Amino acid sequence: MTSHTALPTWAALAPMGMFVVTALVLFLYDAIDPDSENSALLAGISVAGSLVSLVLTGWYLVAGTGQPRRNGAITLFGDSLVVDGMSLFFTALTASVVTLVVLASYDYVKDEAHQAEYYSLMMLAASGMALMSTANSLATAFIALELASLPSYALVAFLKHNKGSVEAGLKYFLIGAVSSAIFAYGISLVYAAGGALQFDAVAEALQSPEAAGVLGLGVMMVIGGFAFKTASVPFHFWAPEAYEGAPSPISGFLSSASKAAGFVLAFRVFTVALGGTAVLEAVDWVVAFQVLAVVTMTVGNFAAVKQEKVKRMLAYSSIGHAGYVLIALAALTGDADSAFVLGSGMAHLFVYGFMNTGAFLFIALTEYWGVGREFEDFNGLATQAPFACAAMSVFLFSLAGLPLGGGFFSKFYLLMASINGGVALLAVALVVNSALSLYYYSRVVKAMWIEDPNGDLDIESYPVGLYAAIALAAVVTVLLVPGFGPVAETAQMAAEMLV
Amino acid sequence: MVMVELVLATTLAAAFVVFLAPDRYAGKLATALSVVPLVGSLYMWTNFEASGNALLADGDIAFETVFTWLQLGQYELQWHVGLDGVSLPLLVLTTVLTTLALVSSWTPIDERQSQFYGLMLLMEAALIGVFTALDFFLWFVFWEGVLIPMYFLIGVWGGPRRKYAAIKFLVYTNVASLVMFIGLFALIFGLGDSLTTLGLPEIAQAVRGGELGGFAFFDAAALKTFAFLFMFAGFAVKVPVVPFHTWLPDAHVEAPTPVSVILAGVLLKMGTYALLRFNFTMLADVAAANANLIAGFGVLSVIYGAMLALAQRDLKRIVAYSSISSMGYVILGLVAFTPHAFGGATFQMISHGLISGLMFMAVGVIYNATHTRMVGDMSGMADRMPWTVGIFLAAAFGYMGLPLMSGFAAEVLVFIGSFESTVITAAPIYTMFAMFGIVVVAGYLLWAMQRTLFGQYSLETDYDVTAAPFHEVAPLAILLLLVILLGVAPDIAYTMIQDAIDPLLGGVGA
Repeated sequence: MTSHTALPTWAALAPMGMFVVTALVLFLYDAIDPDSENSALLAGISVAGSLVSLVLTGWYLVAGTGQPRRNGAITLFGDSLVVDGMSLFFTALTASVVTLVVLASYDYVKDEAHQAEYYSLMMLAASGMALMSTANSLATAFIALELASLPSYALVAFLKHNKGSVEAGLKYFLIGAVSSAIFAYGISLVYAAGGALQFDAVAEALQSPEAAGVLGLGVMMVIGGFAFKTASVPFHFWAPEAYEGAPSPISGFLSSASKAAGFVLAFRVFTVALGGTAVLEAVDWVVAFQVLAVVTMTVGNFAAVKQEKVKRMLAYSSIGHAGYVLIALAALTGDADSAFVLGSGMAHLFVYGFMNTGAFLFIALTEYWGVGREFEDFNGLATQAPFACAAMSVFLFSLAGLPLGGGFFSKFYLLMASINGGVALLAVALVVNSALSLYYYSRVVKAMWIEDPNGDLDIESYPVGLYAAIALAAVVTVLLVPGFGPVAETAQMAAEMLV
Repeated sequence: MVMVELVLATTLAAAFVVFLAPDRYAGKLATALSVVPLVGSLYMWTNFEASGNALLADGDIAFETVFTWLQLGQYELQWHVGLDGVSLPLLVLTTVLTTLALVSSWTPIDERQSQFYGLMLLMEAALIGVFTALDFFLWFVFWEGVLIPMYFLIGVWGGPRRKYAAIKFLVYTNVASLVMFIGLFALIFGLGDSLTTLGLPEIAQAVRGGELGGFAFFDAAALKTFAFLFMFAGFAVKVPVVPFHTWLPDAHVEAPTPVSVILAGVLLKMGTYALLRFNFTMLADVAAANANLIAGFGVLSVIYGAMLALAQRDLKRIVAYSSISSMGYVILGLVAFTPHAFGGATFQMISHGLISGLMFMAVGVIYNATHTRMVGDMSGMADRMPWTVGIFLAAAFGYMGLPLMSGFAAEVLVFIGSFESTVITAAPIYTMFAMFGIVVVAGYLLWAMQRTLFGQYSLETDYDVTAAPFHEVAPLAILLLLVILLGVAPDIAYTMIQDAIDPLLGGVGA
């Protein structure tokens, strides 16, 4: 045994704090030199910041901070924040995605104005997402949600000269505002029923719920708020629009990190605050999630089949994946090994963070080259950029659940989870949807490798940042095949603390 | 013993090296590197010490390694590989055919070579994995892993309708995998808490040991039937059994020759191998109870495949459809549940792998020289390419089951075995129909040979058709030697096969 010098409690928030510090450094730099076009420095600061955050989280996870083998969960600020395995797991995920996205953004926004703002907004959004994974009370949950959302609206509309981007930002903002209102109203109803905001206190207060009707309405509205954030049916309409219009690195960021943040909050709220048997007797939200999961994956996948634009297809498939992750809540029935079920969803989000971000970054690369948006525009791309196309094939096959990447394992775990929970319908829906998804994912692969080039595309430059990010994402996606064990274990250990 | 891992790792490493190699060297480099797993597998053959069946706990497994990979709820997912008398010959078949197919790719593959050869080696690695894995999860990774290189190999280097054939292959076989997947998982959940790993031996022994309980609204018997049905349907696509065969002609005709060699030679064996391991080992009693029906599928494949082949005018299509026919014998042999039939069926997998590979290669050599495969377009090829034609003819005789060739040994065993079968009600009648298939095979092969190889030379080309270069004929000669070797001395493979399949009969009481 080595002796530890105990860190002060607030140090547990350091990974999240790194995002805030980086954002402030960027603001400071921008204040001193407002017209700076030193993209390399700006991107460098951001990459450094998110990497430090990632390293810190990794260290904490390995050292056992906030986990049972040390002193258990660390709570701060009157228990309204909690640092435990779950929050560190998702902070690690956010930091990884942000690192990739920032790295890729260097080439993507190099010629745009307001780059410092771009990077600092992303850092702020990231700190919001990290805060979402740490939130331990309904009030901080709401604040974190807003902190993550507001910069995202601006980021989606970042390409000011592009009508699609601005329109997407506006739609995202309007729908986001409505869903925030719904979420806030839901919280207030839950508060009305229980009289507490802090999750443990809510759980305690709801051991004998009196106003079941009010509580039920509140829970439904809270579910609505999460459904928006995670792009689940029926609040998914904004997603294809926003993802398509947004700068592609931002699409990747939103569809992986932001979605994961929504889920972690949902996991915590529904297992810690609303997981009591008394609540479930009054409001059976598991059934709601079962319906939501099946409908979300089916709607997402069937819509993806019909798309003509690659980015839009990815956007719909990302809705499908939200449906898969919903299994983590939908399979939390009495029969289930809750930690396993929840851990499966977490592990899927982790793998998804790499493969999905990678896929969107590849789209960013094609946009950089001026390749069109339709499937046909990708024809023969592999003849000019075999490496990037190989990486994209890894992402797509992994998303489809073939054993080329970690996506195979995480889907497999979800399948086991749904059977573990005794909900065979979820398992069947997952298998059918996976088979279907292979069809539309392979359309992109087919276009890149098998179709002949149109002949009018000539790629001259190979942007370093984008390539590095894509390569990194692909390597991690593949390495998650042999390395899935530690990820799944960490996820399950983190989940065990909650359920 | 880490031989299996070594062979797998060198094949994978070779694939990556070849991906990065310049196109000019890719073919030669890939061939040279593929010799390493070939030598490795031959080493395993010569040092093979195993008895019994890898899935049944009454013997030793050769070159076995087990360690825990992942923990999945109550289940341990293991890295579990090993060989018995059924998997070893198939492993050697894979490495031999891959090396020879790589040589035969030198002429026809003239674009994106490093990608082509890299994918071929990647596929070899996946196939080695399929035949050596003894954990369901590991096995499934390799099983699905075969699809990806195959998809590209057909889709990029294939014929005119390659895009259609590639996507059809991918979606069709992937859906089949998922159907099979559901079937196996029904068993796994039927076993409930008693099962703590997803190892194939553990599942097989638990199911055979009668530990299967009910699950949801199935009782144990219904669950067995359900699982058998789903697994059979899934594997039947891969074999392929009529009427699940429609992807095969498309894939074969569009695939470039070396890929067809692997497709017919090894990929189809994945289906029969899996049937042997899963359906006929784990659920032998269900198979025996439904023997008539399954044998019917087998005989239907034999006759219908042969009839389809008879109707073709394209040499490659003829060979492709004849595979359906040959795999029908394997099905018949497996379901007969007699030692001879089981052994014959397994031997037929090896034999058909060699002969069909040889036939496809020969058609490829002729195509390289003439740029046509149509029976009506050419005649008298024997004048111009005597060696190729000689070997082609010998291979065709092997296909018809001429004595002293491996096909004869395999088919005789299957027929004797199925004739004696007690689980198939009217075994002699089924066998008789299956034997009639040989007549049809002889008919269409002789017809095609007569028209294309003999008679007055005629082929309308503006270039000279000459004898094929040495590197095209050499793989054919090697394969023919192996076919004759196995025909003259079947014991070199049959003894170990027999050791591995004898325990299977215990579950039926037949």
